[in-house]
Amino acid sequence: MHPYTATVREFLARHIRGHQLQDSDDIFALGFVNSLFAMQLVTFVEAQFAVTVDNEDLDIDNFRSIDRIIAFVTRKAAGPAPEPGP
Amino acid sequence: MSADAAELRAYIERHVEPHAGRWDREQHIPAAALRGFADTGWLGAIAPTAAGGRGLGAREFGRVNALLGAACSSLRSLLTVHSMVIHAVTRFGSPAQRERWLPRLASGAILAGFALSEPEVGSDAAAIQTAAVADGDGYSLTGGKRWITFGEVADLLLVFARTDAGPTAFLVETSLPGVRRLPIRDMLGVRASMLAAVHLEDCRVPADARLGKPGLGVTFVAQSALDWGRLSVAFGAVGIARRCLAVSGAYAEQRRQFGQRLCDHQLIRRMLTDMLVETRAAGLLCERAADLKDRGDPRSLAEVSAAKYYATRAASRAATDAVQILGANGCSPDYPVERLLRDARIMEIIEGSNEMHQLSLAEHALHPDPTEP
Repeated sequence: MHPYTATVREFLARHIRGHQLQDSDDIFALGFVNSLFAMQLVTFVEAQFAVTVDNEDLDIDNFRSIDRIIAFVTRKAAGPAPEPGP
Repeated sequence: MSADAAELRAYIERHVEPHAGRWDREQHIPAAALRGFADTGWLGAIAPTAAGGRGLGAREFGRVNALLGAACSSLRSLLTVHSMVIHAVTRFGSPAQRERWLPRLASGAILAGFALSEPEVGSDAAAIQTAAVADGDGYSLTGGKRWITFGEVADLLLVFARTDAGPTAFLVETSLPGVRRLPIRDMLGVRASMLAAVHLEDCRVPADARLGKPGLGVTFVAQSALDWGRLSVAFGAVGIARRCLAVSGAYAEQRRQFGQRLCDHQLIRRMLTDMLVETRAAGLLCERAADLKDRGDPRSLAEVSAAKYYATRAASRAATDAVQILGANGCSPDYPVERLLRDARIMEIIEGSNEMHQLSLAEHALHPDPTEP
Protein backbone atom coordinates (compact mmCIF):
# COMPACT_ATOMS: atom_id res chain seq x y z
CA MET A 1 0.00 0.00 0.00
CA HIS A 2 1.23 3.49 -0.82
CA PRO A 3 2.21 5.39 2.35
CA TYR A 4 -0.31 8.14 1.54
CA THR A 5 -3.26 5.80 1.02
CA ALA A 6 -4.37 5.60 4.65
CA THR A 7 -4.25 9.39 5.07
CA VAL A 8 -6.29 10.06 1.94
CA ARG A 9 -8.74 7.28 2.74
CA GLU A 10 -9.23 8.56 6.29
CA PHE A 11 -9.98 12.08 5.04
CA LEU A 12 -12.44 10.86 2.42
CA ALA A 13 -14.12 8.51 4.89
CA ARG A 14 -14.97 11.49 7.11
CA HIS A 15 -17.10 12.85 4.29
CA ILE A 16 -18.25 9.74 2.45
CA ARG A 17 -20.55 7.54 4.48
CA GLY A 18 -22.06 4.15 3.84
CA HIS A 19 -19.63 3.13 1.15
CA GLN A 20 -16.49 1.04 1.42
CA LEU A 21 -14.27 3.11 -0.79
CA GLN A 22 -11.89 1.26 -3.10
CA ASP A 23 -8.67 2.94 -4.20
CA SER A 24 -9.93 3.29 -7.76
CA ASP A 25 -13.52 4.34 -6.97
CA ASP A 26 -14.52 7.54 -8.78
CA ILE A 27 -15.92 9.68 -5.98
CA PHE A 28 -17.25 12.27 -8.44
CA ALA A 29 -19.06 9.70 -10.61
CA LEU A 30 -20.45 8.04 -7.48
CA GLY A 31 -22.02 11.36 -6.49
CA PHE A 32 -20.11 11.83 -3.23
CA VAL A 33 -18.67 15.22 -4.10
CA ASN A 34 -20.60 18.46 -3.86
CA SER A 35 -18.91 21.73 -4.73
CA LEU A 36 -18.13 22.54 -1.09
CA PHE A 37 -16.42 19.21 -0.59
CA ALA A 38 -14.44 19.64 -3.80
CA MET A 39 -12.83 22.76 -2.32
CA GLN A 40 -12.27 20.98 0.99
CA LEU A 41 -10.52 18.18 -0.87
CA VAL A 42 -8.21 20.60 -2.68
CA THR A 43 -7.44 22.38 0.60
CA PHE A 44 -6.75 19.05 2.28
CA VAL A 45 -4.32 17.99 -0.43
CA GLU A 46 -2.46 21.29 -0.21
CA ALA A 47 -2.27 21.30 3.58
CA GLN A 48 -1.61 17.62 4.15
CA PHE A 49 1.04 17.08 1.50
CA ALA A 50 2.54 20.58 1.33
CA VAL A 51 1.95 20.90 -2.39
CA THR A 52 0.40 23.78 -4.30
CA VAL A 53 -2.58 22.97 -6.47
CA ASP A 54 -1.93 25.33 -9.36
CA ASN A 55 -4.57 26.56 -11.73
CA GLU A 56 -3.64 23.98 -14.35
CA ASP A 57 -3.90 21.23 -11.70
CA LEU A 58 -7.52 22.07 -10.95
CA ASP A 59 -8.83 19.18 -12.93
CA ILE A 60 -11.37 16.71 -11.60
CA ASP A 61 -9.17 13.92 -12.99
CA ASN A 62 -6.54 14.71 -10.35
CA PHE A 63 -9.01 14.23 -7.51
CA ARG A 64 -11.51 11.61 -8.60
CA SER A 65 -10.11 8.62 -6.70
CA ILE A 66 -7.63 7.70 -4.00
CA ASP A 67 -5.28 6.41 -6.69
CA ARG A 68 -5.54 9.62 -8.71
CA ILE A 69 -5.00 11.85 -5.68
CA ILE A 70 -1.88 9.94 -4.69
CA ALA A 71 -0.56 9.99 -8.25
CA PHE A 72 -1.13 13.75 -8.38
CA VAL A 73 0.56 14.40 -5.03
CA THR A 74 3.51 12.18 -5.96
CA ARG A 75 3.90 14.00 -9.26
CA LYS A 76 3.71 17.43 -7.63
CA ALA A 77 6.14 16.47 -4.88
CA ALA A 78 8.65 15.31 -7.49
CA GLY A 79 8.58 18.77 -9.08
CA PRO A 80 8.15 19.71 -12.72
CA ALA A 81 8.97 17.15 -15.36
CA PRO A 82 12.54 17.65 -16.65
CA GLU A 83 12.97 19.41 -19.96
CA PRO A 84 13.69 17.03 -22.85
CA GLY A 85 17.43 16.69 -23.39
CA PRO A 86 19.24 17.78 -26.53
CA MET B 1 -5.21 48.02 17.60
CA SER B 2 -2.74 48.39 14.73
CA ALA B 3 -2.08 51.78 13.17
CA ASP B 4 -3.89 50.63 10.03
CA ALA B 5 -6.95 49.56 11.99
CA ALA B 6 -6.95 52.85 13.91
CA GLU B 7 -6.76 54.72 10.62
CA LEU B 8 -9.68 52.70 9.23
CA ARG B 9 -11.72 53.26 12.39
CA ALA B 10 -11.12 57.01 12.17
CA TYR B 11 -12.11 57.00 8.49
CA ILE B 12 -15.32 55.13 9.24
CA GLU B 13 -16.23 57.43 12.13
CA ARG B 14 -15.72 60.48 9.97
CA HIS B 15 -16.77 59.42 6.48
CA VAL B 16 -19.08 56.42 6.78
CA GLU B 17 -21.03 56.31 10.02
CA PRO B 18 -22.49 59.84 9.79
CA HIS B 19 -23.81 59.16 6.28
CA ALA B 20 -24.91 55.51 6.41
CA GLY B 21 -28.50 56.29 7.42
CA ARG B 22 -28.93 58.78 4.60
CA TRP B 23 -27.36 56.43 2.07
CA ASP B 24 -29.82 53.78 3.22
CA ARG B 25 -32.81 56.11 2.82
CA GLU B 26 -31.59 57.34 -0.57
CA GLN B 27 -30.71 53.77 -1.61
CA HIS B 28 -27.49 55.02 -3.06
CA ILE B 29 -23.89 55.69 -2.09
CA PRO B 30 -22.60 58.75 -3.93
CA ALA B 31 -19.77 58.19 -6.38
CA ALA B 32 -17.54 60.54 -4.38
CA ALA B 33 -18.02 58.42 -1.26
CA LEU B 34 -17.21 55.24 -3.16
CA ARG B 35 -14.14 56.92 -4.61
CA GLY B 36 -13.12 58.15 -1.18
CA PHE B 37 -13.32 54.64 0.24
CA ALA B 38 -11.42 53.19 -2.71
CA ASP B 39 -8.71 55.79 -2.14
CA THR B 40 -8.11 54.45 1.37
CA GLY B 41 -6.81 51.26 -0.22
CA TRP B 42 -9.06 49.00 1.86
CA LEU B 43 -10.89 47.73 -1.22
CA GLY B 44 -7.62 46.00 -2.03
CA ALA B 45 -7.50 44.41 1.42
CA ILE B 46 -6.81 40.86 0.22
CA ALA B 47 -5.12 41.74 -3.07
CA PRO B 48 -1.44 40.74 -3.19
CA THR B 49 0.98 43.46 -2.17
CA ALA B 50 2.80 42.95 -5.48
CA ALA B 51 -0.36 44.20 -7.19
CA GLY B 52 -0.64 47.16 -4.84
CA GLY B 53 -3.02 45.53 -2.40
CA ARG B 54 -2.70 45.21 1.36
CA GLY B 55 -2.17 41.46 1.22
CA LEU B 56 -4.27 40.77 4.31
CA GLY B 57 -5.04 37.28 5.52
CA ALA B 58 -8.48 36.07 6.52
CA ARG B 59 -8.32 37.19 10.14
CA GLU B 60 -7.25 40.76 9.40
CA PHE B 61 -9.68 40.95 6.50
CA GLY B 62 -12.46 39.75 8.76
CA ARG B 63 -11.75 42.44 11.32
CA VAL B 64 -11.96 45.10 8.61
CA ASN B 65 -15.42 43.75 7.74
CA ALA B 66 -16.51 43.86 11.37
CA LEU B 67 -15.48 47.52 11.67
CA LEU B 68 -17.13 48.49 8.40
CA GLY B 69 -20.19 46.31 8.99
CA ALA B 70 -20.89 48.04 12.29
CA ALA B 71 -21.26 51.32 10.44
CA CYS B 72 -22.67 50.47 7.03
CA SER B 73 -23.58 47.05 5.68
CA SER B 74 -23.99 48.48 2.19
CA LEU B 75 -20.40 49.68 1.96
CA ARG B 76 -19.28 46.45 3.63
CA SER B 77 -21.12 44.53 0.91
CA LEU B 78 -19.01 46.32 -1.70
CA LEU B 79 -15.89 45.14 0.10
CA THR B 80 -17.39 41.63 0.14
CA VAL B 81 -18.06 41.24 -3.56
CA HIS B 82 -15.01 43.21 -4.67
CA SER B 83 -12.81 40.96 -2.52
CA MET B 84 -14.49 37.83 -3.88
CA VAL B 85 -13.51 38.87 -7.39
CA ILE B 86 -9.99 39.80 -6.27
CA HIS B 87 -9.63 36.36 -4.73
CA ALA B 88 -10.97 34.62 -7.83
CA VAL B 89 -8.55 36.45 -10.13
CA THR B 90 -5.63 35.87 -7.75
CA ARG B 91 -6.37 32.18 -7.31
CA PHE B 92 -7.66 31.18 -10.73
CA GLY B 93 -6.40 33.87 -13.10
CA SER B 94 -3.69 33.37 -15.68
CA PRO B 95 -0.57 35.52 -15.26
CA ALA B 96 -1.94 37.83 -17.96
CA GLN B 97 -5.33 38.12 -16.22
CA ARG B 98 -3.68 38.82 -12.89
CA GLU B 99 -1.45 41.46 -14.42
CA ARG B 100 -4.34 43.08 -16.23
CA TRP B 101 -6.92 43.20 -13.46
CA LEU B 102 -5.36 42.99 -10.02
CA PRO B 103 -3.63 46.39 -9.85
CA ARG B 104 -6.86 48.16 -10.82
CA LEU B 105 -8.96 46.07 -8.47
CA ALA B 106 -6.49 46.57 -5.64
CA SER B 107 -6.50 50.35 -6.03
CA GLY B 108 -10.25 50.49 -6.49
CA ALA B 109 -9.75 52.17 -9.87
CA ILE B 110 -12.41 49.73 -11.01
CA LEU B 111 -15.21 48.19 -8.94
CA ALA B 112 -16.12 44.54 -9.28
CA GLY B 113 -19.28 42.50 -8.79
CA PHE B 114 -20.09 38.81 -8.46
CA ALA B 115 -22.77 37.69 -10.91
CA LEU B 116 -23.94 34.21 -9.98
CA SER B 117 -27.62 34.50 -8.96
CA GLU B 118 -30.32 34.43 -11.60
CA PRO B 119 -34.06 35.04 -11.46
CA GLU B 120 -34.67 31.30 -11.14
CA VAL B 121 -31.37 30.25 -9.54
CA GLY B 122 -30.28 31.09 -6.01
CA SER B 123 -28.82 28.43 -3.73
CA ASP B 124 -28.74 25.82 -6.50
CA ALA B 125 -25.86 27.56 -8.24
CA ALA B 126 -24.97 24.66 -10.53
CA ALA B 127 -28.35 25.09 -12.24
CA ILE B 128 -27.47 28.46 -13.83
CA GLN B 129 -29.08 29.06 -17.19
CA THR B 130 -26.98 31.91 -18.58
CA ALA B 131 -25.29 30.46 -21.63
CA ALA B 132 -21.78 30.97 -22.98
CA VAL B 133 -21.46 29.74 -26.54
CA ALA B 134 -18.09 29.44 -28.26
CA ASP B 135 -18.00 32.12 -30.90
CA GLY B 136 -14.91 32.46 -33.09
CA ASP B 137 -11.99 33.13 -30.77
CA GLY B 138 -14.22 33.96 -27.82
CA TYR B 139 -17.65 33.40 -26.33
CA SER B 140 -21.09 34.89 -26.67
CA LEU B 141 -22.94 35.25 -23.36
CA THR B 142 -26.71 35.41 -23.12
CA GLY B 143 -28.88 35.32 -20.03
CA GLY B 144 -30.01 37.21 -16.98
CA LYS B 145 -28.41 37.75 -13.58
CA ARG B 146 -30.24 39.18 -10.58
CA TRP B 147 -29.53 40.63 -7.14
CA ILE B 148 -26.04 41.65 -8.19
CA THR B 149 -24.51 43.73 -5.40
CA PHE B 150 -23.19 47.06 -6.73
CA GLY B 151 -24.14 45.74 -10.17
CA GLU B 152 -25.42 49.21 -10.96
CA VAL B 153 -21.93 50.71 -10.90
CA ALA B 154 -19.48 47.78 -11.14
CA ASP B 155 -16.96 48.04 -13.95
CA LEU B 156 -16.16 44.35 -14.00
CA LEU B 157 -18.40 41.38 -13.28
CA LEU B 158 -17.41 37.83 -12.52
CA VAL B 159 -20.16 36.13 -14.49
CA PHE B 160 -20.99 32.45 -14.27
CA ALA B 161 -22.40 30.94 -17.45
CA ARG B 162 -22.97 27.47 -18.79
CA THR B 163 -20.69 26.15 -21.53
CA ASP B 164 -20.72 22.67 -23.08
CA ALA B 165 -18.41 21.64 -20.24
CA GLY B 166 -20.70 23.04 -17.53
CA PRO B 167 -20.74 26.21 -15.40
CA THR B 168 -17.76 28.42 -16.25
CA ALA B 169 -16.50 31.75 -14.91
CA PHE B 170 -15.94 34.82 -17.08
CA LEU B 171 -14.61 38.31 -16.39
CA VAL B 172 -17.02 40.63 -18.17
CA GLU B 173 -16.52 44.37 -18.50
CA THR B 174 -19.83 46.12 -18.07
CA SER B 175 -18.94 48.59 -20.82
CA LEU B 176 -19.20 45.83 -23.42
CA PRO B 177 -22.04 45.86 -25.96
CA GLY B 178 -24.76 43.46 -24.89
CA VAL B 179 -24.58 44.30 -21.18
CA ARG B 180 -27.67 46.06 -19.82
CA ARG B 181 -28.18 46.88 -16.15
CA LEU B 182 -31.42 47.69 -14.36
CA PRO B 183 -31.26 49.00 -10.80
CA ILE B 184 -33.25 47.09 -8.16
CA ARG B 185 -34.75 49.28 -5.46
CA ASP B 186 -36.89 49.06 -2.32
CA MET B 187 -35.29 45.98 -0.84
CA LEU B 188 -35.73 45.24 2.85
CA GLY B 189 -32.17 45.96 3.89
CA VAL B 190 -28.62 46.77 2.76
CA ARG B 191 -30.53 49.28 0.70
CA ALA B 192 -27.57 51.32 -0.52
CA SER B 193 -25.84 48.33 -2.11
CA MET B 194 -27.02 49.45 -5.53
CA LEU B 195 -28.33 46.07 -6.60
CA ALA B 196 -28.96 45.47 -10.26
CA ALA B 197 -30.38 42.95 -12.63
CA VAL B 198 -27.84 42.35 -15.37
CA HIS B 199 -29.02 41.29 -18.81
CA LEU B 200 -26.55 39.78 -21.24
CA GLU B 201 -27.65 39.69 -24.86
CA ASP B 202 -25.14 38.16 -27.22
CA CYS B 203 -22.40 39.78 -25.19
CA ARG B 204 -19.16 38.83 -26.90
CA VAL B 205 -16.09 38.35 -24.76
CA PRO B 206 -12.61 37.25 -25.83
CA ALA B 207 -11.29 33.80 -24.93
CA ASP B 208 -9.07 35.31 -22.24
CA ALA B 209 -12.17 36.53 -20.40
CA ARG B 210 -12.65 32.97 -19.19
CA LEU B 211 -11.40 32.53 -15.62
CA GLY B 212 -10.27 29.02 -14.78
CA LYS B 213 -11.08 25.90 -16.68
CA PRO B 214 -14.39 25.34 -18.48
CA GLY B 215 -16.89 23.47 -16.34
CA LEU B 216 -15.21 24.28 -13.02
CA GLY B 217 -16.78 27.69 -12.51
CA VAL B 218 -19.08 26.71 -9.67
CA THR B 219 -17.08 23.81 -8.23
CA PHE B 220 -13.90 25.76 -7.74
CA VAL B 221 -14.15 29.45 -8.69
CA ALA B 222 -17.53 30.30 -7.16
CA GLN B 223 -17.12 28.13 -4.07
CA SER B 224 -13.68 29.48 -3.36
CA ALA B 225 -14.87 33.07 -3.77
CA LEU B 226 -18.00 32.42 -1.73
CA ASP B 227 -15.86 31.17 1.12
CA TRP B 228 -14.32 34.65 1.33
CA GLY B 229 -17.78 36.17 0.90
CA ARG B 230 -19.17 34.15 3.80
CA LEU B 231 -16.26 35.15 5.98
CA SER B 232 -16.88 38.79 5.11
CA VAL B 233 -20.61 38.51 5.85
CA ALA B 234 -19.97 36.64 9.11
CA PHE B 235 -17.59 39.30 10.42
CA GLY B 236 -19.92 42.01 9.10
CA ALA B 237 -22.71 40.46 11.15
CA VAL B 238 -20.50 40.58 14.23
CA GLY B 239 -20.08 44.27 13.52
CA ILE B 240 -23.86 44.71 13.42
CA ALA B 241 -24.27 42.85 16.70
CA ARG B 242 -21.54 44.93 18.39
CA ARG B 243 -23.18 48.15 17.23
CA CYS B 244 -26.58 46.98 18.50
CA LEU B 245 -25.03 46.24 21.87
CA ALA B 246 -23.29 49.60 22.03
CA VAL B 247 -26.35 51.62 21.02
CA SER B 248 -28.90 49.78 23.15
CA GLY B 249 -26.55 49.62 26.15
CA ALA B 250 -25.96 53.36 26.05
CA TYR B 251 -29.67 54.01 25.57
CA ALA B 252 -30.63 51.73 28.45
CA GLU B 253 -28.25 53.58 30.78
CA GLN B 254 -29.60 56.98 29.88
CA ARG B 255 -33.33 56.35 29.45
CA ARG B 256 -35.46 56.46 32.61
CA GLN B 257 -38.90 54.89 33.06
CA PHE B 258 -40.84 54.36 36.31
CA GLY B 259 -38.12 56.32 38.09
CA GLN B 260 -35.43 53.86 37.08
CA ARG B 261 -32.90 53.63 34.33
CA LEU B 262 -33.94 51.05 31.69
CA CYS B 263 -30.78 49.11 32.40
CA ASP B 264 -31.95 48.56 35.97
CA HIS B 265 -35.00 46.64 34.77
CA GLN B 266 -34.32 42.94 34.89
CA LEU B 267 -35.93 42.13 31.55
CA ILE B 268 -33.75 44.71 29.82
CA ARG B 269 -30.65 43.34 31.56
CA ARG B 270 -31.52 39.87 30.27
CA MET B 271 -31.68 41.14 26.69
CA LEU B 272 -28.37 42.96 27.06
CA THR B 273 -26.75 39.86 28.54
CA ASP B 274 -27.89 37.63 25.68
CA MET B 275 -26.71 40.23 23.21
CA LEU B 276 -23.31 40.48 24.88
CA VAL B 277 -22.68 36.74 25.09
CA GLU B 278 -23.96 35.91 21.61
CA THR B 279 -21.94 38.74 20.10
CA ARG B 280 -18.78 37.49 21.83
CA ALA B 281 -19.50 33.91 20.74
CA ALA B 282 -20.06 34.99 17.15
CA GLY B 283 -16.82 36.95 17.19
CA LEU B 284 -14.89 33.96 18.50
CA LEU B 285 -16.39 31.62 15.89
CA CYS B 286 -15.38 34.08 13.18
CA GLU B 287 -11.86 34.43 14.57
CA ARG B 288 -11.45 30.66 14.72
CA ALA B 289 -12.73 30.14 11.18
CA ALA B 290 -10.43 32.87 9.89
CA ASP B 291 -7.48 31.41 11.75
CA LEU B 292 -8.10 27.98 10.19
CA LYS B 293 -8.44 29.62 6.79
CA ASP B 294 -5.14 31.43 7.24
CA ARG B 295 -3.50 28.11 8.06
CA GLY B 296 -4.96 26.39 4.98
CA ASP B 297 -6.84 23.92 7.16
CA PRO B 298 -9.54 22.03 5.19
CA ARG B 299 -11.87 22.35 8.18
CA SER B 300 -12.00 26.08 7.50
CA LEU B 301 -14.77 25.82 4.89
CA ALA B 302 -17.18 24.22 7.35
CA GLU B 303 -16.07 26.57 10.12
CA VAL B 304 -16.64 29.63 7.93
CA SER B 305 -20.10 28.24 7.20
CA ALA B 306 -20.76 27.76 10.93
CA ALA B 307 -19.49 31.26 11.68
CA LYS B 308 -21.70 32.79 9.00
CA TYR B 309 -24.72 30.84 10.21
CA TYR B 310 -24.27 31.72 13.87
CA ALA B 311 -23.09 35.30 13.47
CA THR B 312 -25.93 36.32 11.15
CA ARG B 313 -28.52 34.78 13.49
CA ALA B 314 -26.88 36.49 16.44
CA ALA B 315 -26.94 39.80 14.58
CA SER B 316 -30.65 39.41 13.85
CA ARG B 317 -31.43 38.59 17.47
CA ALA B 318 -29.28 41.46 18.71
CA ALA B 319 -30.95 43.90 16.32
CA THR B 320 -34.43 42.66 17.26
CA ASP B 321 -33.69 43.20 20.94
CA ALA B 322 -32.00 46.52 20.28
CA VAL B 323 -35.13 47.80 18.55
CA GLN B 324 -37.19 46.48 21.47
CA ILE B 325 -35.03 48.24 24.04
CA LEU B 326 -35.22 51.54 22.18
CA GLY B 327 -38.99 51.19 21.72
CA ALA B 328 -40.52 53.78 19.40
CA ASN B 329 -37.11 55.44 19.07
CA GLY B 330 -35.75 52.12 17.82
CA CYS B 331 -38.29 52.14 15.02
CA SER B 332 -37.35 55.63 13.87
CA PRO B 333 -34.54 56.71 11.58
CA ASP B 334 -33.19 58.86 14.43
CA TYR B 335 -31.36 55.78 15.69
CA PRO B 336 -29.47 53.22 13.61
CA VAL B 337 -31.01 50.06 15.07
CA GLU B 338 -33.97 49.80 12.68
CA ARG B 339 -31.50 49.84 9.79
CA LEU B 340 -29.28 47.32 11.57
CA LEU B 341 -32.31 45.03 11.98
CA ARG B 342 -33.22 45.24 8.29
CA ASP B 343 -29.60 44.69 7.29
CA ALA B 344 -29.19 41.73 9.65
CA ARG B 345 -32.12 39.92 8.05
CA ILE B 346 -30.44 40.21 4.65
CA MET B 347 -27.29 38.67 6.09
CA GLU B 348 -29.21 35.50 6.91
CA ILE B 349 -30.07 35.08 3.23
CA ILE B 350 -27.00 36.12 1.26
CA GLU B 351 -23.85 34.05 0.61
CA GLY B 352 -25.86 30.87 1.08
CA SER B 353 -29.15 31.04 2.93
CA ASN B 354 -28.88 29.92 6.52
CA GLU B 355 -31.03 26.90 5.66
CA MET B 356 -28.38 25.77 3.16
CA HIS B 357 -25.75 26.16 5.86
CA GLN B 358 -27.94 24.17 8.28
CA LEU B 359 -28.24 21.32 5.80
CA SER B 360 -24.51 21.23 5.29
CA LEU B 361 -23.57 21.69 8.95
CA ALA B 362 -25.98 18.96 10.04
CA GLU B 363 -23.64 16.49 8.35
CA HIS B 364 -20.90 17.60 10.72
CA ALA B 365 -23.24 17.21 13.66
CA LEU B 366 -24.14 13.68 12.58
CA HIS B 367 -20.58 12.72 11.68
CA PRO B 368 -18.20 14.75 13.84
CA ASP B 369 -14.68 15.28 12.62
CA PRO B 370 -12.43 13.18 14.91
CA THR B 371 -9.72 15.83 14.65
CA GLU B 372 -11.99 18.38 16.33
CA PRO B 373 -11.41 18.84 20.07
